[in-house]
Amino acid sequence: MAVDKNMKVLIVDDYQTMLRILRNLLKQLEFLNVEEAKDGSTALALLRKEKFGLVISDWNMEPMTGIQLLREVRADPALKSIPFIMITAESKSENVITAKEAGVSNYIVKPFNSETLRAKLVSVLGEF
Amino acid sequence: MARGKKKQKASGGAGARVRAAELRTRISRLRSRRDGTVPAKDAVAVVDDILAAGTRISARSRKLRAEIRRLSDFIHAARSGIVAVRTDEVKKEFIPTATDELDAIIEATAVATNDIMDATETIDKVMGTLTGDASAQLMDVTTKIYEACGFQDITGQRITKVVKALKQIEERVDAMVAAFGPDVDARPAKTAGLAKAKTTDGGAKKLITDADLLHGPQLKSAAKTQEEIDALLFGPGR
Repeated sequence: MAVDKNMKVLIVDDYQTMLRILRNLLKQLEFLNVEEAKDGSTALALLRKEKFGLVISDWNMEPMTGIQLLREVRADPALKSIPFIMITAESKSENVITAKEAGVSNYIVKPFNSETLRAKLVSVLGEF
Repeated sequence: MARGKKKQKASGGAGARVRAAELRTRISRLRSRRDGTVPAKDAVAVVDDILAAGTRISARSRKLRAEIRRLSDFIHAARSGIVAVRTDEVKKEFIPTATDELDAIIEATAVATNDIMDATETIDKVMGTLTGDASAQLMDVTTKIYEACGFQDITGQRITKVVKALKQIEERVDAMVAAFGPDVDARPAKTAGLAKAKTTDGGAKKLITDADLLHGPQLKSAAKTQEEIDALLFGPGR
């Protein structure tokens, strides 16, 4: 099944620069319907209000971290099947394992490049 | 004569017992301090009194006494070291200045990164009007620029970690000052007492050395604008 590039993508990061980088890289991959949130709780409120096809979230944010957001998403019957990619500088194995246990769809370590982002999107959404 | 010596010895023994009881009371008072810390000068005073007490000591006690002496010397040296460090200066000037400088780095790199991305987004728009190789080449270049801009996020996070570490150092300095007593913190900061030179008219002015002029980039709040500098150099009366 072809990937719907018009799906709404939620990007979550407390660094405005990173949100802008992600938005631009996604635009180059032809994902144009992108919304932003600066922390987990804002993201969760958006997810409960609108329909999203993908979440790409940082880990280290306040007041709600990326891992807390992931757990909330997976615990909510209406949201639990949304693909969730963690994109973070937290590269310790215990972080990756914790994210996996919480149900992360994929994990990108910062700094990353467009090719890695594309590969992870393909692994989560399918070829596009 | 023998009886006199015996009497002296007996009274000396009673005195030693009183001193020992006194020491035990002081030690248990130190142990029962609510905050769990012992002022260094109180600990040193007790150690000194232990060392001064009694003359008949076994080889084991002598070894213990030597260890206590070394511990006492160490505490004295540590205290002197902390005084030399000028903890008030570390707390009031060095750490706040360092954290402000680091925050300024984060801000400056964020501004620069956004400028770079503004320019890149303009190239992106132009790219939309092109076709073929030129468009593909521009796409490659802009992708690389976006990827490279990720440095700001990473450096920002690393600097935030350093700022947290500095704050922990500040807390440790506070704890040391509390343990070694208020007089350790009482010495005035070096900068508060800059060397002064007498002017010919009898007033005092600051003596500024070349080293005092090596500040590096200034924080916005402390920096002079170009207009202010021009006014200093070329303004009325210059």
